[in-house]
Amino acid sequence: MKGAVGMNKPELLAPAGSLEKLKYALHYGADAVYIGGRQYGLRSNADNFSVDEMREGVRIAETYGAKVYVTTNIFAHEEDLDGIADYLRQLEDAGIAAIITADPALIEVARREAPRLEVHLSTQQSTLNWLAVQFWKEEGLPRVVLAREASLADIRFIKDKVDIEIETFIHGAMCSSYSGRCVLSNHFTGRDSNRGGCVQSCRWRYDLYERGGRAVGILEREEDKFTLGAKDLGMIEHIPELVAAGIDSFKIEGRMRSLHYVASVVYAYRKAIDAWFADPGGYELRGEWIGELLKAANRPLNTGFYFREPGADDHIYEPEDKPMLVDFAGVVLEYDESTGEALIEQRNHFKPGQTVEFFSPDGVRFRMTVPELADESGRKIDAARHPLQKIRMRTESPVKPMDIMRKWLA
Amino acid sequence: MITTRNDRKKPEILATPRSLDELRRLVGAGADAVAIGEHRFGLRLAGEFPMPAFREAAGLARESGARVYAVVNRIMDNELAAELPDYLHELGKIKPDAIVFGDPAVVMAMRQIGLDIPLHWNGEMTVTNHAAARFWGGKGAVRAVLAREMNLEQIIAFRQSVGLEVEVQVHGATVIYHSRRRLVESYLQHHGLERGDTGPSRGLYAVEQERPDLFHPVFEDADGTHIMSADDICLLDLVPDLVDAGVDSFRIEGLLKTPEYNETAVRAYRAAVDRYHASPGDYQPDPEWLASIRRLQDPHRELSYGFMFKEQIY
Repeated sequence: MKGAVGMNKPELLAPAGSLEKLKYALHYGADAVYIGGRQYGLRSNADNFSVDEMREGVRIAETYGAKVYVTTNIFAHEEDLDGIADYLRQLEDAGIAAIITADPALIEVARREAPRLEVHLSTQQSTLNWLAVQFWKEEGLPRVVLAREASLADIRFIKDKVDIEIETFIHGAMCSSYSGRCVLSNHFTGRDSNRGGCVQSCRWRYDLYERGGRAVGILEREEDKFTLGAKDLGMIEHIPELVAAGIDSFKIEGRMRSLHYVASVVYAYRKAIDAWFADPGGYELRGEWIGELLKAANRPLNTGFYFREPGADDHIYEPEDKPMLVDFAGVVLEYDESTGEALIEQRNHFKPGQTVEFFSPDGVRFRMTVPELADESGRKIDAARHPLQKIRMRTESPVKPMDIMRKWLA
Repeated sequence: MITTRNDRKKPEILATPRSLDELRRLVGAGADAVAIGEHRFGLRLAGEFPMPAFREAAGLARESGARVYAVVNRIMDNELAAELPDYLHELGKIKPDAIVFGDPAVVMAMRQIGLDIPLHWNGEMTVTNHAAARFWGGKGAVRAVLAREMNLEQIIAFRQSVGLEVEVQVHGATVIYHSRRRLVESYLQHHGLERGDTGPSRGLYAVEQERPDLFHPVFEDADGTHIMSADDICLLDLVPDLVDAGVDSFRIEGLLKTPEYNETAVRAYRAAVDRYHASPGDYQPDPEWLASIRRLQDPHRELSYGFMFKEQIY
């Protein structure tokens, strides 16, 4: 796709931790999703996909003209190697478009055993320079996910030198280490971070001393102690620069995040990218996009390494929890125009009198006060208390299936 | 029954001196090889060997029959990659016995200038299986420097499955976290605290609150922030197992240690390897080997088997 000024429209690539999240990511505007399988992926705690679920995911994606990638981004140990060929053949057979891989052990097997699977080099390889990118191109890889340490200038230079697809993270949580170069979890808890066992020790608090035992950091207050935790990445204000750099795929982090998070973040970037390509000259950053992102974000955001090396303001030295604006309350399953009644599946407690809003791929539809509630059989209830409970509720204006209902917090 | 020789190849003792003087001492103590380089291209080097010093070091080592490996294993950005061909070309004139790399840019730059020197693949924590090593073997690697998070069983399987040499760190501190961010500086600045020196000589260390006895050295350099293990690997007891496993190189990591300490460690492993190799059947370690290291050991740092007997979960 060529845009108004000859730029390629980048792919918006979203995380999908489950089949349901996959549906929402696509519905809210992702061009492609990446998912984890039951093996060889780095989020062993995520609700990962079986091969049958992958097949279903690919079928759904096709209805949106979208692609499904599978992360197989562990650094394998000897005992992990058996079975890789079978697994990759299954992915190929299921219609997966690409695997995202860091370990050459998997790259070799994929090329040999599942040649229709594209291999994308994972960010876990910490690729930062054009020579390394050229190396992977010559190995036949069509795409490299750059290190999160790459600056915009680095990216431009690489795109200029090497004819290859470049994918970079534009939003979400980040390892503060070079990806793959952290084994804190292994040392502290015996869990292998490079095989999906990361316990996020970088976000723990540490006392800092110098030789002789004199404190260098602040030891008194828990929240003032030394930590390695990075703020989250958020590039919504810089879409034109990212497009101009020639980045082919804009990646959103977060296979462990809720469908509300994924939908909100995808929405904001979808709108921004589309607005720029519809009219680059008249493009303006809209506060609404940032607003939707802030409803989903749970950490402060910054621009990572894109414009400068992160410094004193780019790490989290205060308590992490920031007050949330909204809570994910439910999703719309059905809407009956004749009665004006919606069937809503509950995700968090809500009750009559509270303010809710309905969020859709077109943005926030409207806000209203929660009226009387009934359960699925029509019996009146005083509150929606149970996860996944189906609730009947009249809405002030029409809603659609897959709309998201948010509860405003006072 | 008396066994007089071991069919196994005798492994090398590899040391990482910080200076010409320390190199002399470590080779004198029995190191078969040294890994050195300059900070511009090498990661977490114990010392700085710019080209003239590298040349002199190579000469010194060779006079004593020791090999020299040039460490060129930084994670490289475009600027550094651009400087790489010239640097490798200069190194090529000295003909190091191997070039230690982590970034594929090194493979590309060597192809570009037509330099043919054996490569040692050192991707730190990411060197964990023989199939990946075989991949790099196809690109000119003759050796894999194994991740310190592998256990003995995995090392044995790795060595059996691949024609490449295998290097295992047998002694010293290991890196457990590497960030490009200057995290100590950021933290101190954020709180308006005096920054001071944050390099290795300051002796900074971090203590996680649930683990008050573990002192993790922390330092910053041009590569960002490094956190090191709170204990020192010491596999002296496992010399027979590692020789039998076919480990080709025993690495004694000299980073954050005194030359005297490193010299003592090299001497101990030298003696153990020589004795076991000469007569594996009736090998008895000399208690003085370990005792000599213990006398110089920082009391806050335990000697440990690292991950040799650990089963990790994920």
